[in-house]
Amino acid sequence: MSLLPRRLNASLGLWVAVVFAAITLTRLTSFAATAAEPPAAEAVIRKRLALAIVAEEADQKREIRELALTGSKVVREILSAWPKDRILLYTGDGGVRIPALIEDETDADGKSRAARIDTGAFLADASGKTLRFATTDITTAETDAALRTVLQLALDAMALADPLPDARKTAILKLGNSQKPLNIVILQERLPLENDPDVKKAILESIALLQLGDPDPTVLKAAIEQLGRLRSIGSLDLLKRVSAREGLSPEIRRVLAESIHGIDNHINNVNLVGTFFRGLSLGSILLVVALGLAITFGLMGIINMAHGEMIAIGAYTTYVVQNLFGTGFGFSITLPFSFGGKPIAFGLHLPGLNATGSLYESYFLFAIPLSFLMAALAGLVIERLVIRFLYRRPLESLLATWGVSLVMQQLFRMVFGANNVQVGSPTGLVGHFDINDVSFGYNRVFVIGFAVLIVIGTWLLLTRTSLGLLIRAVMQNRDMASCIGVRTNRVNVLTFAFGSGLAGLAGAFLSQIGNVGPSLGQSYIVDSFMTVVVGGVGSIVGTVCAAIGIGTADQILQQTTGSPVTGKIVVLISIILFLQWRPGGLFSIRSRSLD
Amino acid sequence: MRPESKRLETWLTIAAAFVLIVLLPALNALPLPEALHVSDFTINLYGKYLCYAILAISVDVLWGYTGLLSLGQALFFSLGGYMMGMYLMRMIGDLGQYHQPIPDFLVFLGWSKLPPFWQPFSSFPFALLMAALLPGVLATVFGFLAFRSRIRGVYFSILTQALTYGACLLFFRNSLLLGGNNGFTDFKFILGQNLRTPGTQRGLYIVTAVTLVAIFMGCRWLSRTKFGLIQQAIRDSENRVLFSGYAAAHYKLFVFVLCSLIASIGGVLYVPQVGIINPSEMGTEKSLEAVVWVAVGGRGTLIGPILGAFGVNALKSWATRAYPDLWLIFLGVLFVLVTVFMPRGLVGIPGQLRGLYQRWNRTSKDPAPVAVAEVEAEKGGL
Repeated sequence: MSLLPRRLNASLGLWVAVVFAAITLTRLTSFAATAAEPPAAEAVIRKRLALAIVAEEADQKREIRELALTGSKVVREILSAWPKDRILLYTGDGGVRIPALIEDETDADGKSRAARIDTGAFLADASGKTLRFATTDITTAETDAALRTVLQLALDAMALADPLPDARKTAILKLGNSQKPLNIVILQERLPLENDPDVKKAILESIALLQLGDPDPTVLKAAIEQLGRLRSIGSLDLLKRVSAREGLSPEIRRVLAESIHGIDNHINNVNLVGTFFRGLSLGSILLVVALGLAITFGLMGIINMAHGEMIAIGAYTTYVVQNLFGTGFGFSITLPFSFGGKPIAFGLHLPGLNATGSLYESYFLFAIPLSFLMAALAGLVIERLVIRFLYRRPLESLLATWGVSLVMQQLFRMVFGANNVQVGSPTGLVGHFDINDVSFGYNRVFVIGFAVLIVIGTWLLLTRTSLGLLIRAVMQNRDMASCIGVRTNRVNVLTFAFGSGLAGLAGAFLSQIGNVGPSLGQSYIVDSFMTVVVGGVGSIVGTVCAAIGIGTADQILQQTTGSPVTGKIVVLISIILFLQWRPGGLFSIRSRSLD
Repeated sequence: MRPESKRLETWLTIAAAFVLIVLLPALNALPLPEALHVSDFTINLYGKYLCYAILAISVDVLWGYTGLLSLGQALFFSLGGYMMGMYLMRMIGDLGQYHQPIPDFLVFLGWSKLPPFWQPFSSFPFALLMAALLPGVLATVFGFLAFRSRIRGVYFSILTQALTYGACLLFFRNSLLLGGNNGFTDFKFILGQNLRTPGTQRGLYIVTAVTLVAIFMGCRWLSRTKFGLIQQAIRDSENRVLFSGYAAAHYKLFVFVLCSLIASIGGVLYVPQVGIINPSEMGTEKSLEAVVWVAVGGRGTLIGPILGAFGVNALKSWATRAYPDLWLIFLGVLFVLVTVFMPRGLVGIPGQLRGLYQRWNRTSKDPAPVAVAEVEAEKGGL
């Protein structure tokens, strides 16, 4: 084999890894940035808070409103502790009352420490010993109903000023659903200050929601129209309740019907787009899972029933890498045999890095290439031990590889236990973003991006490298390729290892969206074979189309039939019927050869 | 085949049939000393193996004789089992947990009276009829579609696997009203006999043994008719059969339906002896297991699948008790070894040994023809 393919293969892998590193790092850093308070400002705020708690009633309210404007974390903490009787009034030397925040933690005697509000340090006696207080025998800063209202308003206003848009939005929607017309004022105050369009929309929506309770018909009408314009899904129930009210004018009824109709349409559109998106991501999962099979089965003609276990290898590699970044990984197996009176046992313990923070989060970047390598290695071993005898007996490769899959499943059980193991997702893959009410999970977006990358990588490898040329030559006609000097044995090994490696990649990434257990692979094996067959055996393009088609059809049918199982059965039946129409799959390779 | 070996085979078959049908049940029923007595447990276990052997024959007639590797035989087996199970569920009467005249799981699902399609299953002949019709119709429809579009080889295997998988998912659903996850169990009576008495179990065993022998003889007869020859020709080269003017699809369809019926019969006999049927019986791995019995025993022979079903299951019974953690590894390694090194299974071992001996003989005398012998050996293994 020439030198080029190996180099290009490596550089391809590197390229994929770099792109992923970039994507994940940007996601990580965007979350790491949280605003911290300058210490000097905090000291001033603390002093003012301490004074406010012991101040006269009239001053208290003014102070609280002003302090709320700072948006400081300390203020929020103290103000929310105040009505819960967690502010201790300690009488120090000379009868000075010192306010302090009682800690949530209690020691064995049920006593807790208290942090001085003006300094943040724990209350101590003259000798410097930290004081502990039992909650029963202390004086706390009192609150009356009026003060509690002021505190609540201040806290709400503070939540509206939170630096994170998502937190602001949650707070705003909470106010909007509170059904307290009082909150309209807070929202209206906030509206001109808000810059984020998404949050602004939430404010308008919340104001309109609150105005639905307004007795004035013009305000009510405006609110209904506003909600209709905003396509507010959350308001649909409330609007329906409004339409059940007695004595509405026909004008309002008309507006109401229009708004409800508009929102209903919007919900349908959102569901449709959401279904397509989920279908696309399911299709991508299928694609990643089936792509390795498209190589081993489609190109090589080997029915690899152990393909699912290659996926599991990838997933378990991710798990082990995660543990190595954390507390380490160990296992031990005792065989039920004994040798010279001693039971045979072996085990392994790998120490962990005990990494934390973003280093721990980045474990996934290392797990991806390692899962590829481990699965490829397993594929290499299986090819040398079993499959090389079976190239001329494809049906029997099914049986032998099924045996391999049984052995591997049992090994997983012995090493990792029969239960599912926990694989955590990097923070960058948790959560979702919304565009026009359609929610896009980051992990699903990642799945799609990942699928695109590995399809491109595989395609480049097969069509643009000389290794790819050799692979295609050997797969088309093994004997002929051998005659013209291709070392078919080596190409076979590399192809099988590559297909297995792709399965390993699929595993790394299934670990992010599903359970990782010994029978992980089994749940995907039938689907992936179907994908390859529908796509047309030997055609990568076909596999891509089939995966996306089956994924989308599955999601749509799940929506329309209302049950995942019925949807799946309908998909299976349609596949069988589809093959009536095109027995060779979507992209069948035409050939004049017979058997 | 030489006449004397044919006669030997006939005698062996008769002897084996005698042992299975007469000797074993007799040793179980007669009051004999410990050493000769066959326990009720053994009879029950062998009854189970015999059902597996029937399933294995159905796989072998398809795979070994026609070249169609079906991964859906467990589906037909379970369908037969389910039909029998429905009859047995009706026979429980009101002796279930809830003491209602309908099966317990229906009470649990909130039914107060029997769903219409359950009604006729109180009749034993109807259950048997359905056990033939349901798999038969399913196999006809599926086979017609598959063979019409000339789906063969690997694709046929994958499609039958998908069919089984889909059916398995369907049977897991409670709304199908067939017991969902738990299936049917806790049977009490069959044809008025108490299922838990050794006598009934022995009777079931004898019926199973007779059925197996009958199926064996039938398939052996079929494989020697002109039909059987064409069947084997399809296995060896379907295109040549097609070009010789035979409608290969019709032959394949007939064999597929026949084998679905054989598998279903196995299921019908299996359920009363094992006392449970649930959707995991039709999982894809069950079909594969049956294929493995055939591979281990030796495909393309009719005695092979019976040997394989007995051998592998006996090994499984022993290994699951002796090495519960390791038996899957044994099994897996066994399949790999058999597939790679013993393509003709247990039955083929004498032939393989003879080949080895001849090769060794020739090499020691004259080194030249080795290549030829190797090529021949390889051909035999294809």
